[in-house]
Amino acid sequence: MQSRLPILVFAGVMAAIPFIPGMPPFWIVLLDNIGLAALVAMGLVLLTGVGGLTSFGQAAFVGFGAYTTALLTTAYGLSPWLTLPLSLLVSGLLAVLLGLVTVRLSGHYLPLGTLAWGLGLFYLFSKLEFLGRNDGISAIPPLSIGSFKMLSPGSIYFAIWVAVILSALLTMNLLDSRTGRAIRALRRGHVAAEAFGVHTPRAKLLVFIHAAVLAGLSGWLYAHLQRAVNPTPFGAQAGIEYLFIAVVGGAGYVWGGVLGAAIVVILKEVLQSYLPLILPGSGQVETIVFGIMLVALLQLAPGGVWPWLVSFLPERAGGKKPDTSLKLEQRSRASGEAGVLLQVEKARKQFGGVVAVNNVSFDVQAREIVALIGPNGAGKSTTFNLITGVLSATSGSISVLGRKVDRAPPQEIVKLGISRTFQHVKLVPDMTVLENVAIGAHLRGHSGPLASMLRLDRADEAKLLAEAARQIERVGLAEQMHQLAGSLSLGQQRIVEIARALCVDPMLLLLDEPAAGLRHMEKQQLAKLLRELRDGGMSVLLVEHDMGFVMNLADRIVVLDFGTKIAEGTPATIKTNPEVIKAYLGVAA
Amino acid sequence: MNTTIMLFLLQDGITNGAIYALLGLALVLVFAVTRVILIPQGEFVTYGALTYASLASGQMPGTAKLALAMGITACAFDLFVARKTLHGRLILRSVLANVVLPAIVLALTISLAAQKPPVAVCIALSLVIVAMIGLYLYRIAFQPLAHTSVLVLLIASVGVHLALQGLGLLFFGAEGQRGPAVLSGAFTAGALRFTGQSLTVYGITIAFIVGLWLFFGLTLYGKALRATAVNRLGARLAGIRTTLSGQIAFLLASIIGALSGIMIVPITTLYYDSGFLIGLKGFVAAIIGGLVSYPLTAVAALFVGIVEAFSSFYASNYKEVIVFMLLIPVLLLRSLAAPAVEEEKD
Repeated sequence: MQSRLPILVFAGVMAAIPFIPGMPPFWIVLLDNIGLAALVAMGLVLLTGVGGLTSFGQAAFVGFGAYTTALLTTAYGLSPWLTLPLSLLVSGLLAVLLGLVTVRLSGHYLPLGTLAWGLGLFYLFSKLEFLGRNDGISAIPPLSIGSFKMLSPGSIYFAIWVAVILSALLTMNLLDSRTGRAIRALRRGHVAAEAFGVHTPRAKLLVFIHAAVLAGLSGWLYAHLQRAVNPTPFGAQAGIEYLFIAVVGGAGYVWGGVLGAAIVVILKEVLQSYLPLILPGSGQVETIVFGIMLVALLQLAPGGVWPWLVSFLPERAGGKKPDTSLKLEQRSRASGEAGVLLQVEKARKQFGGVVAVNNVSFDVQAREIVALIGPNGAGKSTTFNLITGVLSATSGSISVLGRKVDRAPPQEIVKLGISRTFQHVKLVPDMTVLENVAIGAHLRGHSGPLASMLRLDRADEAKLLAEAARQIERVGLAEQMHQLAGSLSLGQQRIVEIARALCVDPMLLLLDEPAAGLRHMEKQQLAKLLRELRDGGMSVLLVEHDMGFVMNLADRIVVLDFGTKIAEGTPATIKTNPEVIKAYLGVAA
Repeated sequence: MNTTIMLFLLQDGITNGAIYALLGLALVLVFAVTRVILIPQGEFVTYGALTYASLASGQMPGTAKLALAMGITACAFDLFVARKTLHGRLILRSVLANVVLPAIVLALTISLAAQKPPVAVCIALSLVIVAMIGLYLYRIAFQPLAHTSVLVLLIASVGVHLALQGLGLLFFGAEGQRGPAVLSGAFTAGALRFTGQSLTVYGITIAFIVGLWLFFGLTLYGKALRATAVNRLGARLAGIRTTLSGQIAFLLASIIGALSGIMIVPITTLYYDSGFLIGLKGFVAAIIGGLVSYPLTAVAALFVGIVEAFSSFYASNYKEVIVFMLLIPVLLLRSLAAPAVEEEKD
């Protein structure tokens, strides 16, 4: 967990600023605007930088927050404090509605989709009669506590920055939790996260709502700061501007959003007030200079300013080691985890005209290590994908403990106690080894996003991290626990994947080329670990090319060639099987 | 509603749709090759249109000077990047392409502008000027960012859009302009009246679609561009210069943009900031086409144009709302039809 001290200092400094004697009121206005932009940018950090979902439409959510309170306080005379939850609710509900449609879009459809509804909603604001068309709504009452009315920019300043700092804390709490890890895994594609039970569309929707609610909060504050709203600040231009605030600050960092807001708001202000003095008489020079500076800034620091600044700080010591004495309750086990665990019957997978897996049948018993071998392109990884629900078979059936799971999604397969690693390592490189492994225990934790934000998840979280730490120690990577997964060698990353799979508390472990990239000693350790796991009651199905490794380890071997099973048996019989020799070496002359 | 109004709206929609189709094609092209979502496409349209209109009315367009300024910057970028391995031929080539060429065009523009050149000369000059701007733009703004994410490229694209739009105001003022028709004359067929201008629009759009199809299908450069679009690294390993592909894409996009501008400025008054919205509608078409398919983009663009024409007749207030909201069901259909594919890249 990160230290809270810098945040307390920051809050203290922000609280003291208005009391500095001789502080120009204009600066306070600037700080108000920075705070408002920072709230929206913070949502975008989570949505775009962390979750990988680019949205141009955030300005529309700001608009919904602002118009909701504007309408309700003027036309119906509601108190602004009453409209706060309503503003957030309206933004949130709209996010659910738009999110259900948009988050399903992949790649570049998503940003373009958000641009489309962002524009559409902007035009709607400016055309609807009850929202005052282009003139908007004015005479909005100020925020007030008792008889104290926040009329000046200096008094609403506190409301804005309390909101910014609280939101930053809640957002950071969310990121540092079970749900947060699921969100952080989104950017790297959904297959790995889903293999451990993460419901990726739900996680995407969640960040979408979070970002929209923050934008709605900014809108609510905006309406009571300006005391009037009109459609202009909620258009496509503004939506784009919020996005580049986040990118300039550093799209992956909560404080990057705040820093980006400061940079962009101050830069614009400086350009607007000083540029005409240098270049008098010309129209939109500040826009031109602003655009050019933006491109230049991106060319100098493509990752944003915040990470660039942080790189100057001395490196922080690694995190605290979790208390491994905490026990996580075991996965609930079905009866019968003793006989045949996995039965593959005439499984077939066709991609167009290509038959990748051709009517393959085999089984895996309890306490058994089965190896699936075959030359490249034999259909081994496809078979893995069929078993784990990433692909669905064209025909044939796959059953786990006697139950058919042909159409089950990956999230259901893992619940049955089957976990896997990937041929191409799928870790989140900018998360630590510990955090990556903890994703494996996702289904064994229970805390939701709200609990995480409010830090009510700590007991649950400690158990998850303890389990992750135990599995990391078990595979022998305790030294690397707090390093970033991306900084490890490829061989070590494969071992991290095994630790992550073990966090599921599986009955059957599927390993796709676990020994690739390992040194001789490491391979021996891996073989020892797998034998221990088998003796402890787990079964292992592995794909591997290292024949020495397989022959010494496996109890039984299934050989595939061009998608068809050509042999099955003990290592000794496979070694002498003429079909197998032919497949690997060709026909003897 | 009677048939005449319907036919009239349909015709109007198809004319606009043809323009959106051209812009959509350009956007697809640039995105596929460089991963840049080209928001400044709209500026190419206004620059082309207003340069043409200025020239035709005997005014000196500022864009010619901008091309020279950008050319000098591009040359400086070239020389700075290659500062360790400078040799005579490289310097000569960069100076010729980036400084001498725009300087000659600027001189030509200055000498011709005063004497109200004929329409054909105006068109040629405008196209060359905007094409150079597009080419140098890639060198200055996007080539140094070629390795970054789509998001960073997009934000840079917004920055470029802001700068170019501001420059547009500086060059052409806040007043709208109209240009002379490219092809005058008209004929009527039944209730419909076809102007030479609208026929030009159809003709050029079809010519471009066929031309692009031939370029990508038959020429080596076209195939190189497609290869870059599919896999940058693979294309580089095969010896394709990806920067060259990027330059060609931007060159084509700026020419297409300028040409679209020249074709619509005789029909509608264009302002320095009109390009953004026109470009966005091309965008809508490109999205419906999935940013990959040229024929689908063209069909979608016609559809957008027709929807726009009909909604401006029935609910002119909600014209833009309808056009942009049109995307939501399309995107929904797309996401239902094609389940998300795993992206291996970052």
